[in-house]
Amino acid sequence: MKQNIGRNNKGPENENDYAVQTFGLTKKYGERIAVNAVNLSIKKGELFSLLGPNGAGKTTAIKMLSCLIKPTAGTAAIMGHDIKRNPAAVKQIINVSPQETAIAGHLSTWENLLLMGGVYGLSKEETKKRAQELIELVGLTGRAREQVRKFSGGMQRRLSIAMALISDPQVLFLDEPTLGLDPQARKALWKQIEKLKGQKTILLTTHYLEEADALADRVAIINEGKIVALGTPSELKKDIYGMQTMVIKAQNFTAEIIEDLKKAYPQTKKAENGIEIRAKELVFDDIVDYLRGQGVKIQWLSMKEPSLDDVFLSLTGKETADEVS
Amino acid sequence: MRFLSLAGRNIKEVYRDPVSMILGVAMPAALLLLFSSIGKDAPLDAFTADNLTPGVTVFSFGFLTMFSAMLLAKDRQSAFLTRLLIAPLKSTDFILAYMLPFLPVAILQTAVCFAIGAILGITLDLSIALALVVLFTVAVACIGIGMILGSFFTENQVAGAGSLVIISISLFGGVWMDLKTVGGIFESVGYALPFAHAIDAARAILKGSGLGGVTTEFYWIIGYTLVFFLLGVFSFRWRTKHAS
Repeated sequence: MKQNIGRNNKGPENENDYAVQTFGLTKKYGERIAVNAVNLSIKKGELFSLLGPNGAGKTTAIKMLSCLIKPTAGTAAIMGHDIKRNPAAVKQIINVSPQETAIAGHLSTWENLLLMGGVYGLSKEETKKRAQELIELVGLTGRAREQVRKFSGGMQRRLSIAMALISDPQVLFLDEPTLGLDPQARKALWKQIEKLKGQKTILLTTHYLEEADALADRVAIINEGKIVALGTPSELKKDIYGMQTMVIKAQNFTAEIIEDLKKAYPQTKKAENGIEIRAKELVFDDIVDYLRGQGVKIQWLSMKEPSLDDVFLSLTGKETADEVS
Repeated sequence: MRFLSLAGRNIKEVYRDPVSMILGVAMPAALLLLFSSIGKDAPLDAFTADNLTPGVTVFSFGFLTMFSAMLLAKDRQSAFLTRLLIAPLKSTDFILAYMLPFLPVAILQTAVCFAIGAILGITLDLSIALALVVLFTVAVACIGIGMILGSFFTENQVAGAGSLVIISISLFGGVWMDLKTVGGIFESVGYALPFAHAIDAARAILKGSGLGGVTTEFYWIIGYTLVFFLLGVFSFRWRTKHAS
């Protein structure tokens, strides 16, 4: 699947059904191309994930879409407003939860939300009403009056999202919302994000494959500024790979055995306490018979469905989020 | 009036940091009391309330530079400024919101120093109001310097650069004694900067010269304040346009 396929994806035919459309969106810093002619169409109410390693161009794309930096070439429209020609209109209908927590530390949860309401020109009554709702939505009711610098990373992230929601944006950008959080806090934040699904158009950037898989309606994989794949998580897994993976944990594996397997199955690699074989057609009996014939004692064997991790690896040549960080 | 929300937040950020209040208000007040008590034991003209109060007030304004620079640098580094730049705010909203909150701090610093000065013997008359005009002008210059530093330096670098400004005011401003009596490089450098002119002018006004007697000093102060203020505004605008 190559670039420029975004608008070919199944979806609304009417231009008015798109919340975000990019047209050859490009950003260059000198000779370096941070975002390379990206074409995307995000439907209204969709949770769309931009997935890629650090430095892939995700944050730069968000900065352009939120009118923080100007594109070198191409443009984009947010709810029909061009980011180059009408940034003021765009700013009124979007909001962003930046990659960094970006909260006012000496202010309380309540005060942070009132501040952002004031900055977006909301009336005091409206701000207070929304702040109360958002504090409940992100589960900070008991900590509303405390200075937020004392909060845990997860709580600060939840507040950051609430601050981005105070203006009731039509399009919400979440830039790496769970970056640096422990798995428990990450899962808790996913639950908060899931509550927003369908209510807002959300563009979420992440380098956690699991996150895109769990949350997104559609995923675009971005690498070195280019969109290299686009589709629903299941489409990506099915269409791009359609492969099976066999994981075998066993004793007595030798380098020769692995080399032999590679002749039949080139995508054979060492895994923890065993091997992993990936191929379109795996002949289960042949593999097991061969290994037993070589004196390998199989302790555990499983067939794995392809994951986004596999897709990512295949497209970018990079193993996992942590390794590319 | 969206800038008022942001200005309100900036005021809270400064006032809720106890270190700011201790350094910017309590420490100059303590120094004023300390030096004036030394002056009582060793009757030096430099350590009278008339001389010390304007000097220590300008010295305390050095902390305005530190606070304004620190706030801006911190907001840049934490991406809080990025969040604000995405909001529908205008350049003037930002400049007002990041400068105005420090004027009440300057008023508080001046009020504390002059209240102590009054206890120590400054005559309470109209000359104080004239001295305050001179002093507040240089306070704006100090906030402008803070905007310049905060636009270009990181939080850690600001701590160093801000300290350098405070030390410069202390050494070259004639805070503790008349620079003319010190002479040499201190006098040459000191009178090339606005702080010594501001302190000299305020001292002269308190001794009854009126604004007419300090015209030259006032031009120096106004000129430098305009330069620092405009450079602060341009630096900030440049930084917001190069936020990434």
